[in-house]
Amino acid sequence: MTELLDSTSSSESSTMTESSAPAISAGDGPLKMTTRNVDVFYGDKQAINDVSIDVTMDNVTAFIGPSGCGKSTFLRCLNRMNDTIPIAKVTGDITLEGEDIYAPKMDVVQLRARVGMVFQKPNPFPKSIYDNIAYGPRIHGLASTKEDLDNIVETSLQRAGLWGEVQDRLQDSGTALSGGQQQRLCIARAIAVDPEVILMDEPCSALDPIATAKIEELIHELRGKYAIVIVTHNMQQAARVSQRTAFFHLGTLVEYGVTSDIFTNPTEEKTRDYITGRYG
Amino acid sequence: MTGSILFLLIIVLGGISWFFGRVKASRFSITHTKRGAVHSLPNYHGWYVALWAVGPALLFLVVWNFASPALITDAALASPAAEQLPQDAFAKGSILAEARSIASGQQVRAFNPLSQSMVEPYKTAISYYQTLGAIAAILLAFAGGVYSWLRLKPELRARTKIERITMMALLLASLIATITTVGIFASLIFESARFFSMVSPIDFLFGTEWNPKAVAGPRGETGFGAIPLFWGTVFIGAIIAMIVAIPLGLMSAIYLTQYAAPRFRAWMKPILEVLAGVPTVVYGYFAALTVAPALRDFAVSIGISGASSESALAAGVVMGIMIIPFVSSMADDSIAAVPSAMRDGSLAMGATKSETIKKVLIPAALPGVVGGVLLAVSRAIGETMIVVMAAGLAANMTANPFSSVTTVTTQIVQLLTGDQEFDSPKTLAAFALGLVLFIVTLLLNLIALRVVKKYREAYE
Repeated sequence: MTELLDSTSSSESSTMTESSAPAISAGDGPLKMTTRNVDVFYGDKQAINDVSIDVTMDNVTAFIGPSGCGKSTFLRCLNRMNDTIPIAKVTGDITLEGEDIYAPKMDVVQLRARVGMVFQKPNPFPKSIYDNIAYGPRIHGLASTKEDLDNIVETSLQRAGLWGEVQDRLQDSGTALSGGQQQRLCIARAIAVDPEVILMDEPCSALDPIATAKIEELIHELRGKYAIVIVTHNMQQAARVSQRTAFFHLGTLVEYGVTSDIFTNPTEEKTRDYITGRYG
Repeated sequence: MTGSILFLLIIVLGGISWFFGRVKASRFSITHTKRGAVHSLPNYHGWYVALWAVGPALLFLVVWNFASPALITDAALASPAAEQLPQDAFAKGSILAEARSIASGQQVRAFNPLSQSMVEPYKTAISYYQTLGAIAAILLAFAGGVYSWLRLKPELRARTKIERITMMALLLASLIATITTVGIFASLIFESARFFSMVSPIDFLFGTEWNPKAVAGPRGETGFGAIPLFWGTVFIGAIIAMIVAIPLGLMSAIYLTQYAAPRFRAWMKPILEVLAGVPTVVYGYFAALTVAPALRDFAVSIGISGASSESALAAGVVMGIMIIPFVSSMADDSIAAVPSAMRDGSLAMGATKSETIKKVLIPAALPGVVGGVLLAVSRAIGETMIVVMAAGLAANMTANPFSSVTTVTTQIVQLLTGDQEFDSPKTLAAFALGLVLFIVTLLLNLIALRVVKKYREAYE
């Protein structure tokens, strides 16, 4: 916790250098997740090198960077989805509300209920729309009666902006929806277990521009209710939806700060080169 | 000249033609330097000439092989020795056949002295026609080679022609398998039709009394009711075997795909697949000598009446074990085909591994698993060796797994073993049973393949 306090009090600049604590300005809301000196190894290969980032409640945090820079890998550390890869090894400290999520007493099932995730390709289960949303509440025992469950399904779909489109066909298969609708269904599914953080791994990369715009609008609406972290390779999208941006390159965090600063006045040359399209 | 030497000679001629065709064609590129003026590469010209040399000659030999025996017989009959032959067609035929086999070296001595006198004319005729055929074939090979060699021109579309011939050869290969299936089906139908002209199909398909040995009487006599056989087949192959194979196969597939460490899987999967390679006769004596007596003793000790040492259970359980790798590998494939995004989605919701398997993976893989099970059933009901050795012969209609039942395949073996007359309904019944089995397994396979295909489309 001392480290955490240090980081909030001492930093004035909105950028950081590697391995020091990231900056949090006033008005960002409470700190939700912190990461310190995180390394990720796939076997012998180091995929993430010494990354420290803070995720706050009221901001949308975007991870940008060229393909293979480790931004998705890092995102998957935040809900321990890297556990599913046998050769992956994560070191460093990652906390959620001050609790170490890699501590032995941390229950990964509980963690993932608190830190939800939306994937690159929409992945609704081959079940009805209703059952897709009800899946999480059912496995976590969130609803005791049918009415409770109905309410959760309706609220989640409303929050994801999908209720109006599907309320008459909740028993249709989730896979029968369009790509954009499927992705919003997946967001609704994540919302249904009432998470604190939502991780989005390139949520629009498989969608057309109109569906993308809808998802971005939705991210705006969800901001403040959930801490949101989004990985994107679309820099305009990062500029549109996020307040904080982290630029990754070859597994290291090059720069992390206020989105507008990163895009208009980056401190690091690498960031400037990437943003101006010189590589990536 | 024997057939194999002739064949070799024609192939050699083909090789020579290939060489000369190539040589001629490779000159084209010297005289025709403009791009595209020579249509095909020299190699194609070589093959073009070679095929012209070999193809017609071999085709001629095939036709000649069928046509020459009649010509030889005619020539032999025209000889002076033939005048002493009896007028009776049957006696004449047998003498001629004997003479022929002596002449061609298949038989050493004749029973009938008349045959001996016919040997010489036969020998002359055979050598005459063989030489004639060989000369004609070689001439044809020469003619084909020379004709096509003369036709070689820079603009000859040799490549297109060779491509077409290649395609036709491949088509022929694929047709052979299909035509064989059709042929088998046709022969089954033909023999079954003869059976059904003696026994009514209704009696056969819906009769409940199977006792074919009793049949020697007039048309319409019972004893060919196949229901007990169908029941026994279903009981052993589709019920008992599947009760063993489905849970074990499915669970082993789940373990191997979801839980096993890669190194364990790398060992375990081949071992499981070796089970599929064990000859069924080995399973058969395992069932008959080990499992069946143990099960009978067990049944007797807990007081089940009618326990037989040829129990349905023994055959069914062993057959189930035989089918496990089959079910397991089909289930393995369909679980592996479920996109990992689906599994990750569920895990990211905070579902445990077993919840993910139960609620997402299995339902998503179900069509593929069902398809695999249907294929397994179709294999189990067609399986012969295990049931012949371990299941009984008594056509009982019973649901007691410790008693003896019989199956379609067991009865087919039973009906066709030993000396049989091929016009008695008892023998022909085997074909009718085979037809039913063929149709049922065909339908099962069709449905299963369709289900699996539909499932594959959903995820690709």
